[in-house]
Amino acid sequence: MKKTFYIILSIATFWVAMSFSPLTKSLISNGKLKITFKSYLGNNLLRLDSSVYKNELEQSFSVSNFKYYVGKFSLKKKDGTEFISTDYFLIKEDDEQSKQIILDNIPEGEYVSCNFILGVDSVHNCSGSQSGALDPANGMFWAWNTGYIFLKLEGKSDVSNSPGHIFEFHIGGYKSPYNCIRKISLNKKIIIINERTTSVKIKANAAEVMKTPTNIDLSKLSSVTNFRNATIIADNYSDMFSFISSPTKY
Amino acid sequence: MKAKFIYIVLFLFSTVFVLNSFIDDNPYFKITKEDVELKIPKAFPKPIYNFSQNKITPQKFVLGRKLFYDPILSKDSSTSCSSCHQRIAAFAHIDHPLSHGINGLIGKRNVMSLQNLIWRDAFMWDGGVNNLEVQPINPITNPIEMNESLTNVVIKLKHNKEYAELFHTAYNDTLINSERILKTLAQFTGLMISGNSRFDKYIEGKEAFSEDELNGLKLFKTKCANCHSGSLFTDNSYRNNGLKTDTALRDKGRGAITGTEEDNNKFKVPTLRNIEMTYPYMHDGRFRNLQQVVNHYSTSKNFDKKYDLSLNKIGELSEKEKEELIAFLKTLTDKEFLYDRRFADPNMK
Repeated sequence: MKKTFYIILSIATFWVAMSFSPLTKSLISNGKLKITFKSYLGNNLLRLDSSVYKNELEQSFSVSNFKYYVGKFSLKKKDGTEFISTDYFLIKEDDEQSKQIILDNIPEGEYVSCNFILGVDSVHNCSGSQSGALDPANGMFWAWNTGYIFLKLEGKSDVSNSPGHIFEFHIGGYKSPYNCIRKISLNKKIIIINERTTSVKIKANAAEVMKTPTNIDLSKLSSVTNFRNATIIADNYSDMFSFISSPTKY
Repeated sequence: MKAKFIYIVLFLFSTVFVLNSFIDDNPYFKITKEDVELKIPKAFPKPIYNFSQNKITPQKFVLGRKLFYDPILSKDSSTSCSSCHQRIAAFAHIDHPLSHGINGLIGKRNVMSLQNLIWRDAFMWDGGVNNLEVQPINPITNPIEMNESLTNVVIKLKHNKEYAELFHTAYNDTLINSERILKTLAQFTGLMISGNSRFDKYIEGKEAFSEDELNGLKLFKTKCANCHSGSLFTDNSYRNNGLKTDTALRDKGRGAITGTEEDNNKFKVPTLRNIEMTYPYMHDGRFRNLQQVVNHYSTSKNFDKKYDLSLNKIGELSEKEKEELIAFLKTLTDKEFLYDRRFADPNMK
């Protein structure tokens, strides 16, 4: 009888000790956030090549390529505490998998805003050869004037004066006065629960690349492939993202 | 009689075999741990690229060396890095004013030498490239140089048995990607350090200069060292050195990178180390020899209108002064570097 008591006591002590131990705490994993980027052209879902759209100047165009870098995600709580991720993601319109990104190891709680950058910060533009999303083999890299191309929007428009009536906006540059990194800050209540994945959707409106504050006249400006005019487009795309309001799934 | 013949044949075979295995293990091409130690010349400053994220090992260096000498990096397997970067020319391109690449296409600039690269803050004549590791992407992907994509290079190396083995030896796993290709190339080129010329030995008091060389050094200090400064013989700046723009090439130089009008027609101040071997000279290779270079700097009336004002320090040089200057410049030749077996073409063995 006494023996059983001691066994139970020691098990209980061990259990209490374990519950305070950081070792056990690390066994419970933090939450995850899955962000799905959905490309739009205005109010319609973006369809490569097949659909014809109109810009603010009533110029018709189609889109053949839409890619961009997002990274440096942070989620903020009301009290100012912040979760920061250092990862970069390359979102490619023609690659469904690339449009779903996962932020890992987020502490539980209620967050009120989601912040990230469109682009690649200067440190990662200067760190030499990298792999994964930042592998220069992804074709989003300028070799002759080192730096990542933050966003590509390509397509055709009859009004374009470029060969084949194409238009191409390849926007990058991390050095002032041609810095094209844009900070995106979106208010959104996001609840993170340990060991669960919260899913949200972000709308990426490609139409914004060509408008607000500057309406792009495709008959005059159909090619931006270096610093010239790049910041005009960057200012345009800075308001490209918004959350799609849908019931948040956990 | 027959038996004797067989013995002779066997003897010959085994001799060839033994010799062969000796050549395979040729110590000339063997890279040891000591070979890849980073040795900074005494007078040199702290390097900018420090290998902290790219730890040098003999295996990675050997891989980088093989890549540097291998035309597999080009679209049609015709052109390697070494096609234009020759060891004997401090890895510049002897007697080629402008570089030429795939299909005989001609580039618009003179090949720069490869030496003391880990002290450079930027690469190319216009300084457009910001890190030693990403520099090779330019010649590899340039349509008039090697015209290949990084993706294709990776695919070709993955299908090559020899490279699969070399990558495995270097990294202990089977991954081959552009990051590793570029990092091993940086190990090979980053260790190309020249700091043992007669000039260096003179400074250390180990060797004496002739009278001409001494006078040349004095002239150099007052007239040239403003831009070609320090032990690296460059201040890493971009300047208009008085050359008029070649109207056929219309090269804007630094201006094409910064987008600033004042930077047009400015080019990187190159190092002068091993200058004797890196002819022809200037960003477009317009001068065949050092006499032409010195003549240019001595003839201010021919300068481009927006020339760098520090050129005023030079003034008109007498023929004797020109000879002395050239005599001094030739003391910057570093034979130990030019004949360093570590950088030799491994395919020669």
